[in-house]
Amino acid sequence: MTDSKYFTTTKKGEIFELKAELNSDKKEKKKEAVKKVIASMTVGKDVSALFPDVVNCMQTDNLELKKLVYLYLMNYAKSQPDMAIMAVNTFVKDCEDPNPLIRALAVRTMGCIRVDKITEYLCEPLRKCLKDEDPYVRKTAAVCVAKLHDINAQLVEDQGFLDTLKDLISDSNPMVVANAVAALSEIAESHPNSNLLDLNPQSINKLLTALNECTEWGQIFILDCLANYTPRDDRESQSICERVTPRLSHANSAVVLSAVKVLMKFMEMLPKDLDYYGTLLKKLAPPLVTLLSAEPELQYVALRNINLIVQKRPEILKHEMKVFFVKYNDPIYVKLEKLDIMIRLASQANIAQVLAELKEYATEVDVDFVRKAVRAIGRCAIKVEQSAERCVSTLLDLIQTKVNYVVQEAIVVIKDIFRKYPNKYESVIATLCENLDSLDEPEARAAMIWIVGEYAERIDNADELLESFLEGFHDESTQVQLQLLTAIVKLFLKKPTETQELVQQVLSLATQDSDNPDLRDRGYIYWRLLSTDPVAAKEVVLAEKPLISEETDLIEPTLLEELICHIGTLASVYHKPPSAFVEGSRGVMHKRLPARTGSGEGTECPDVGNAAGGSAPEAAPSIIPSQGDLLGDLLNLDLAPPTTTGPTPSTSGMQMGGMDLLGGGLESLVGTLGGDIGGSPAMGAGFGAAPAVMPASLNAPVGGGLGDLFDLGGGVGMPMGAYIPPKTVWLPAMKAKGLEISGTFARRAGVIQMELVLTNKAMSVMTDFAIQFNRNSFGLAPAGPLQVLTPLGPNQTIEVSLPLSTVGPVMKMDPLNNLQVAVKNNIDVFYFSCQYPISMLFVEDGKMERQVFLATWKDIPNDNESQFQIQDCHLNSEAASNKLQGSNIFTIAKRTVEGQDMLYMSIKLSNGIWVLAELKVQAGNPNYTISLKCRAPEVSQCVFQCYEAVLKN
Amino acid sequence: MIGGLFIYNHKGEVLISRVYRDDIGRNAVDAFRVNVIHARQQVRSPVTNIARTNFFHVKRSNIWLAAVTKQNVNAAMVFEFLYKMCDVMASYFGKISEENIKNNFVLIYELLDEILDFGYPQNSETGSLKTFITQQGIKGQTKEEQSQITSQVTGQIGWRREGIKYRRNELFLDVLESVNLLMSPQGQVLSAHVSGRVVMKSYLSGMPECKFGMNDKIIIDKAGKGGVTNEAGKSTSGKQSIAIDDCTFNQCVRLSKFDSERSISFIPPDGEYELMRYRTTKDIILPFRVIPLVREVGRTKLEVKVVIKSNFKPSLLAQKIEVRIPTPLNTSGVQVICMKGKAKYKASENAIVWKIKRMAGMKESQISAEIELLPTNDKKKWARPPISMNFEVPFAPSGLKVRYLKVFESKLNYSDHDVIKWVRYIGRSGIYETRC
Repeated sequence: MTDSKYFTTTKKGEIFELKAELNSDKKEKKKEAVKKVIASMTVGKDVSALFPDVVNCMQTDNLELKKLVYLYLMNYAKSQPDMAIMAVNTFVKDCEDPNPLIRALAVRTMGCIRVDKITEYLCEPLRKCLKDEDPYVRKTAAVCVAKLHDINAQLVEDQGFLDTLKDLISDSNPMVVANAVAALSEIAESHPNSNLLDLNPQSINKLLTALNECTEWGQIFILDCLANYTPRDDRESQSICERVTPRLSHANSAVVLSAVKVLMKFMEMLPKDLDYYGTLLKKLAPPLVTLLSAEPELQYVALRNINLIVQKRPEILKHEMKVFFVKYNDPIYVKLEKLDIMIRLASQANIAQVLAELKEYATEVDVDFVRKAVRAIGRCAIKVEQSAERCVSTLLDLIQTKVNYVVQEAIVVIKDIFRKYPNKYESVIATLCENLDSLDEPEARAAMIWIVGEYAERIDNADELLESFLEGFHDESTQVQLQLLTAIVKLFLKKPTETQELVQQVLSLATQDSDNPDLRDRGYIYWRLLSTDPVAAKEVVLAEKPLISEETDLIEPTLLEELICHIGTLASVYHKPPSAFVEGSRGVMHKRLPARTGSGEGTECPDVGNAAGGSAPEAAPSIIPSQGDLLGDLLNLDLAPPTTTGPTPSTSGMQMGGMDLLGGGLESLVGTLGGDIGGSPAMGAGFGAAPAVMPASLNAPVGGGLGDLFDLGGGVGMPMGAYIPPKTVWLPAMKAKGLEISGTFARRAGVIQMELVLTNKAMSVMTDFAIQFNRNSFGLAPAGPLQVLTPLGPNQTIEVSLPLSTVGPVMKMDPLNNLQVAVKNNIDVFYFSCQYPISMLFVEDGKMERQVFLATWKDIPNDNESQFQIQDCHLNSEAASNKLQGSNIFTIAKRTVEGQDMLYMSIKLSNGIWVLAELKVQAGNPNYTISLKCRAPEVSQCVFQCYEAVLKN
Repeated sequence: MIGGLFIYNHKGEVLISRVYRDDIGRNAVDAFRVNVIHARQQVRSPVTNIARTNFFHVKRSNIWLAAVTKQNVNAAMVFEFLYKMCDVMASYFGKISEENIKNNFVLIYELLDEILDFGYPQNSETGSLKTFITQQGIKGQTKEEQSQITSQVTGQIGWRREGIKYRRNELFLDVLESVNLLMSPQGQVLSAHVSGRVVMKSYLSGMPECKFGMNDKIIIDKAGKGGVTNEAGKSTSGKQSIAIDDCTFNQCVRLSKFDSERSISFIPPDGEYELMRYRTTKDIILPFRVIPLVREVGRTKLEVKVVIKSNFKPSLLAQKIEVRIPTPLNTSGVQVICMKGKAKYKASENAIVWKIKRMAGMKESQISAEIELLPTNDKKKWARPPISMNFEVPFAPSGLKVRYLKVFESKLNYSDHDVIKWVRYIGRSGIYETRC
């Protein structure tokens, strides 16, 4: 008799029949019935109506039946809490059973029943089981504490289970230790600052001892927990590494990866000149390679992690290129990941082999893979200069195959190669032109058009080629249209005599017959340029382009560091921080690599100072582009059609426009900053490190009466609302061809708003407004387009409120709250920078629990504390607290000591950084003292400015 | 940690569903079916994020196993656990099929309850699981037996129970290697490695302490330094020893001892298990060499000639030799002539399969074929997949040799000499490909 028959009953009246069977006197029949119930439950049928009948079967000596009833209970207890109580007695009785397996089963199941009343009864049995003589019961009870904590955290704390759990870390049985560690780690995660695990050299030693003795899974729990520890100095770090390295030979890949995580993290603390450092590096490579002989799913996890490791420490695997060669039978996800790593490891030494492989891959079947392989060849050319020639000839060979998508992909990368090595490989253009007709993808068409436009003087029939595209102009994608427009303008500037007609045709197509505002804008820009000053036009359009950078798609260094701390986990597979995909507060804590410290002064390595911020800057390849690129980026974002990503051909044309605007843009930028460095030759540098602006300028009412009115209007709505600084002029009309922009920032109902007042002080109508931000410290970005629906007539003013999001790209600015903005209209692109009060970023759930506050305050090193004076403030502590609360600065506790009020406050920034504050207010003294503590002390200055602004307004 | 575990059949019907965490609801079961099993396109990753829920899946024949979580779990651990789950199920009821899963669903639930607690994997060694998850109930146990079970499940030697007795103490060692090769059409080795496993079957009484020795270069060099270092001795030992790139061990092996002394010591599980895995890349004996010659004669004909050469001692015999020569999709007919064995064109597999039962060392054989093609207007060129080969040889292509396996059991009265030991070497082809 087999069990599969239970899956087949689907008749009507089934529930009724089951009920009868469950109440049968015969044991066998009862068991059969329960099995049927479980089978129905599995396939998703609702059998909750049978609850009382099933629970009645619980009192039995048949363990198999008991387990089935328990399984049912776990599923349905929540929906029938009152009836579930019926089961409590059996559980409590079972927890006293002489058989340890039954005791453990009872406590294990009870923890899975999420009914409050049952939970209460669980405490006593659990307490006994935690101290049970049998290790099997203890290890089950340890996990049960985590279960209970998930249901009712307070109860666990009140009952003192956490201390018992901590004691279990010293248990004699390794499996009990491992489960206790797992439970504690999970509980600690929901109390980020509680120091629950209390890792110290003694407890670490215990863990390392248990590591040698427990199961493979236990080793993973312990290693993952170890990875959260920060050793005191390099000696301790080394001794832990020494005891963890044997794990690299474990058969279980997860044990290996978790060991790699611990080593990668602790290595950060070792001085690089240490012999052991080199030994460790050598020891890491073989196990990583071995991971590639695991099952494909694990290979995938390993490869995603190796991708991170290679970016952080390229030296580990630099000689292992061959193992990443793709096998014919690899699943596609393994193939694509291997390809990525091959490109990262490509160097002058191995490029010949890599190229031969890539060429082979380009003939495979899977289209995505082939495309990626072709693209990889281009990236090799850009990365390893010596190989560029070989890469180009390989690409030409591939073009000869005439396989459509291969040709298209090749043309796209060849365009990039031209950008990197101008005037070197133009001889291949003829071959490219032959394939013009076969191109049907927009990206490839646009790339080809760019090439034709860029090298128009070398292509005899460039005009014919471009003209052929014009016929179906309106059916092309925006990307191609924009590119075609630019290319024809370039052609015209190079060969003005023959192509006048062509350029007129394209300009009229772009400006008169198109609905696309970007296209029209660009058309008008060219038209005006050409009609007003052809010489200037030539300088603008045919200006020299900045070279493109070597390495693309590197992970941003701080993210990389965080991901290294998460090796082996989902975060490392997604290449995203846990906060990006885990709900709730669990993911908020950002992990960081430890800073390198010497145990004695003598051993300190020279880069200690640099590494203090938590990273070793020299090791992390920089991906922050230089100034020129930055402006280019700003422009890209602004003008490229929204669908394109990466270095699209359309950007190149506009980049030249950018070069021209550079001067003006910068001038207006620097101008707004109110500095007297307007025309200084250091403008370029000034862009990257904008001079600090006096905080006072935030308060200076510069805006016109309109701005004030608006401000009032905004204020009336929410009497105790957040502080909104008065509007200031960000972009004076003189600098922006008649467009004046003033504005401020506000936080309303949890949304950051940029409130802009646009005034047209010019003679002509302004239309087609758009806005874009440069990367900034907190990832501020427009959450939607700038809503200026009607054209702005001369002397007209319009107020716009732009909602902002905080999920944009991040780059540290100086000062931190600096924001560089580009605004575009039908006339030009304008740049300005402004500063937002950091209080805009204070989120509504910034109130910390008292205990957490206390622990965090202690936990943050004193070096991170900064003290400021706020002068001339005449509020009492009550009023101050209320006022601050409006801006999401929450008072957690108040203490009065000798007539002096101490207010303890917490703030949470939109990126999860917590700032803790202590405000001292003495009655009758208008000067307050404020101490700020934060893990990222650089924000303190901004926060202080905010306090000042809020309290004084 | 793992929030739930589901098993589906190929149609996407749930066979087993066990939820461990409150954040996983019933809708997760459907989400996976809709987005992965029933997805139009082939799944491009074994990890999928659907509506902030993460699914890890593996497939065994027609059966999908999916682990679900909402947290940042250890991904490697989840996959290792899924594989382990498959092993455990297979050792209980054989092949993982819909039929077997339905027949044993109560057992599977019982196992899932035991080896995954609140999403944390627990002891999952089949040896110890079978002592108390039996589907027969555990009523009849005495107190001693119960505590023996629990101490074994949680103990330091969770993989072996005490009190095992054999009349004849015997052990079998299999060195199983798979040799992988990727060769260019010109005969240049693009990559080659051996991944090997040492599988042991032990039938030993008591709690024996074992020590395993092989011709690992590092150990032999270490020993050589201490002993006599005459020129001759060095050169011979140098030849016999091999460089192991990396090895991993069963959890019974004391890793810290290996790390410090490079000695492999352990108390073995009872019955069959895998002692170690290793990988070598240097001085590999490639048992066969494939020399392809493909010539396109016009647009409708291909001429293929493949020569294979065996490269090992003439006294040894290779077995189960199979050469697979891919043919284009538009093949209309094939004519084959081979010197040895049998060759057939298999249209369904798009390949000519050439099988030879046995072949001695230092021999060569050849096949030639004419492939007729249908004219097509498909612009895409034929991808020319590599020629692959399968075989089995009675030696270890890495050169690995077992030097000793010593057994010590101090409590029982048998010594190392009384144990009957068998050693066998089998080299098989892994992915053994030559591009053409």
